Amino acid sequence: MTENVSSLSDERIAYLEGLVRQGKTAAAVFTQFTQHDVDRIVKAIVLAGLEQAQYLARLAIEETKLGVLEDKAIKNMVATEFVYNYVREKRTVGVIREFPERGLVEVAEPIGLIFSITPITNPTSTVLFKCIMAIKTRNAVIFGPHPKAWRCCQEAIRIMYETAVKHGAPEGVFTCLESPTIPDNAYLMRHKEVKLIDATGGPGAVKAAYSSGKPALGVGPGNTPVYLEKTAQLDMAVVDIITSKTFDNGTICASEQTVVIDDEIYDLAIKKFADLGAHICDRKETELLGRTVIDPETGFMRPMAIGQKATDIARASGLRVKPDTKLLIAPIEGVGREHPLSVEKLFPVLSVYRAKSVDEALRVCVDVNHAGGLGHTAVVFSRNDEIIRKFSEAINAGRIIANSPGSIGALGGVYNDMVPTFSFGCGTGGGNSTTDNVNLYHYLNIKRVARRTQAHMWFRVPNQIYFNMNAVENLRHFPSRSTLIVTNPLLEQMGHVDLVRRSIPAQTAIRVLSIPDAEPEVKVVMQGVEALNLHKADQIIALGGGSVIDAAKIMKLKYESPEADLEELAAPFLDIRKRVVQYPTEKINRVRLIAISTTSGTGSEVTPFAVLIDKEGGRKVTLADYSLSPDVAIVDPQFVMSMPPGLTADTGIDCLTHALEAGVSIHASPYTDSNAMQAIRLVFKYLPIAYEHPHDEEARSMMHNAACIAALAFSNASVGVNHALAHAFGARFGVAHGRANALMLPHVLAYNASVPTKFMPSPNQRGFIAHKKYATMADLLGLGGVTIAEKVKNLVAATEELLDRLKIPRSIADLGISEEQFERAMPDLAKIAFDDPSWRSNPRMPLVSELVELFWSAYRGRSPAKPGSVAEPVTAKEWSCV
Amino acid sequence: MTTNPMCLKIDPERVALGLQQEAMEMVKSAEGELVLDFSSVLRIDSNVAGALEQLAGLADNRSVKVVLRAVNADIYKVLKLLQLAQRFSFRS
Repeated sequence: MTENVSSLSDERIAYLEGLVRQGKTAAAVFTQFTQHDVDRIVKAIVLAGLEQAQYLARLAIEETKLGVLEDKAIKNMVATEFVYNYVREKRTVGVIREFPERGLVEVAEPIGLIFSITPITNPTSTVLFKCIMAIKTRNAVIFGPHPKAWRCCQEAIRIMYETAVKHGAPEGVFTCLESPTIPDNAYLMRHKEVKLIDATGGPGAVKAAYSSGKPALGVGPGNTPVYLEKTAQLDMAVVDIITSKTFDNGTICASEQTVVIDDEIYDLAIKKFADLGAHICDRKETELLGRTVIDPETGFMRPMAIGQKATDIARASGLRVKPDTKLLIAPIEGVGREHPLSVEKLFPVLSVYRAKSVDEALRVCVDVNHAGGLGHTAVVFSRNDEIIRKFSEAINAGRIIANSPGSIGALGGVYNDMVPTFSFGCGTGGGNSTTDNVNLYHYLNIKRVARRTQAHMWFRVPNQIYFNMNAVENLRHFPSRSTLIVTNPLLEQMGHVDLVRRSIPAQTAIRVLSIPDAEPEVKVVMQGVEALNLHKADQIIALGGGSVIDAAKIMKLKYESPEADLEELAAPFLDIRKRVVQYPTEKINRVRLIAISTTSGTGSEVTPFAVLIDKEGGRKVTLADYSLSPDVAIVDPQFVMSMPPGLTADTGIDCLTHALEAGVSIHASPYTDSNAMQAIRLVFKYLPIAYEHPHDEEARSMMHNAACIAALAFSNASVGVNHALAHAFGARFGVAHGRANALMLPHVLAYNASVPTKFMPSPNQRGFIAHKKYATMADLLGLGGVTIAEKVKNLVAATEELLDRLKIPRSIADLGISEEQFERAMPDLAKIAFDDPSWRSNPRMPLVSELVELFWSAYRGRSPAKPGSVAEPVTAKEWSCV
Repeated sequence: MTTNPMCLKIDPERVALGLQQEAMEMVKSAEGELVLDFSSVLRIDSNVAGALEQLAGLADNRSVKVVLRAVNADIYKVLKLLQLAQRFSFRS
């Protein structure tokens, strides 16, 4: 390429630079044109092209000596009228497509200056086609026609250019190389002002285009296989193949090359070809023909045969044929160098192959496809859709033409609804960047305006929630044949199970499964599944704290869908709607799950989460899916009246953490905000009373409600980094979940209220608002303060005060964990906390180093870092700013 | 002492001519700065682009700063694509 360019004289370079300058200016000026301007010019040049179709065809025939005058005229008309029919309504200026439901708008940007190579086989039609595309898309073109078709192309370009300029197109919009040479092409292909190369030409030109380092459109060589299957409409197929293969003497590279015919119809098909003017070669004639039209050295067709008449080719080959012979048909017995006629033949010579089976036919078609025609075109004639499907899967071709002529079919718009073109993209098989019929969209840069969309949100909760004292009596509304009560030994001892039994309808067979009062292990879950199967249960009543209810959720999952793989279902995800692993929807059993909570913290009776202990990994595995949510929740305070103070404090702070984290979650919504806020208010008011006066029925009742209400919030808004830290720390050091949360809470509040090192992507929120929401919480709790920073500080202080009042240890060190011990654990703690899905909805994206800092703050306790928020006043109105 | 810059309002009916004649003359006699008011010009063609290029050349030789005032975004884009924008100053 470099050598080629260096052979150019200074004079020639100046000439080429002049073309580039004109084209560049025209392209720049063209950017100002409107759709109306463009459409007016397009219509004018189309009419000019149509008017001169026959004239240009005659010029092409005279200059190239290829093809058929009438067919070239038809091609010129297709290149204008049919292409116009396709482009006339298309928008190519400004906004060209809108997808309001997706918030997307596509805006056209012209490419600029295009260098376009045109072929010898379809010279003027390709020029007309490209001129229309260029004007429609506001681009300028320098044409580099095939040297042996230069004059006819130059005339076509002149006609289009003069008409375009007359109708307002920029001067210099089309230019044509005079006496084009390969060095000219090389120079222009590498020119920095040429923005795209559109190479409709031979393999050399296409390769040069792709090697230039420029964006390029290219075409590939063809070798179109045709499968003539036994169910085909034979009369139609034979006429179509003859029409196509003889069209312009076979110069269209999509034309048929080898027809593979099913044995059952082979003889009849051959007879029909012969009846309609084809000469069927015998073995000797086939050999003679092959030697004449195919170069044995290269294995490719000889240029002298391209676009010539069948009779002329027969004469040159020494064949005696009737004077009206339109097609030479040569039977072949295989594909490859030993069967010379199995390659591309851009003249009216067609090879045929007799196939004994569908498999053999497909194999031969694949062989033909791979013998120089990858990515181009293939044809199938069949009335069997399954055969067409198999063919389309087996053959690598950008155009698979079914039951119509290959060449005219591939052009598009005549026999089918494909985009009309004179440039066939052949994909990677043909060394091209596209398999499309090259069209106006390839002449555009398409810009996409993507408007911010709000992700669909939800608020999903159990169907029924019964609350207040004696709510358990509502069990009588749920008929069951066989019920399994899942609980723990202590609750059985306390008589809670009997309370439940009394409310279950009399005819129900009731079994009780008592499981350890600890986060469930897989083996415990499987015991439950065994019991459910044994008793063919149709109802589970989970009576207990979070551990029991979580166990029951997983029992239900495994009972209904035994194939559910818990390990797989625990796979991490970022967005529950887009998760990779889906929960099973096919169920072999159906069971109702009623959850009765005996603590006021986890809210497990309404959540879609379940925690399982992975003993081997030393971690908690969180399952999350709305299918895990209990069907019915009973929030009856009589089951929590005897909770010991420590448990009351820990579970109460767990509840508060749920509400605070849901409140600032990036998935928070007005629906979850209302629940989160109410829960926060109830906890601050009633938790100290429930802790200090355990028999206060109102306080117990309100705290029980608060736990459930906070859970409604975080079931839909999720939690945050506090939970990620607490999960890792609690599992490692055997600290109860609520207490682990409490140790982290003041530090996380301060952290979340500060300007993030990294913001969380949150399409549903308008800016960073966590600090403002904390301030609003402080307002609603009546904590005072004027600026956001003051209010956040007051919220942190109130939380610390509450923790003190509940006598909760205020540092990890207070638990007796040594600094060395904690330091040793830190790498694992940080890793596990970072892997925990809980923080994915946190308003700040935590860096691992920040998780480490938070752990150390919690270790040292007290004096959380001061939130570094802005100090503007904030009002309660901002609460609903999500 | 500073002198007021010379100003020329470009007539949208004869943009290229206005640049080739009046503007060129003004560059020859301008001291410091010449302001060309494009507020009435909606679109330019290749002749205008050529005239602007010539004008920029002359202004460079005479050390005159040519300011194009109120150039719309479409025209600015054309000047940018032709690498002409860098040869002028722009003012609203």
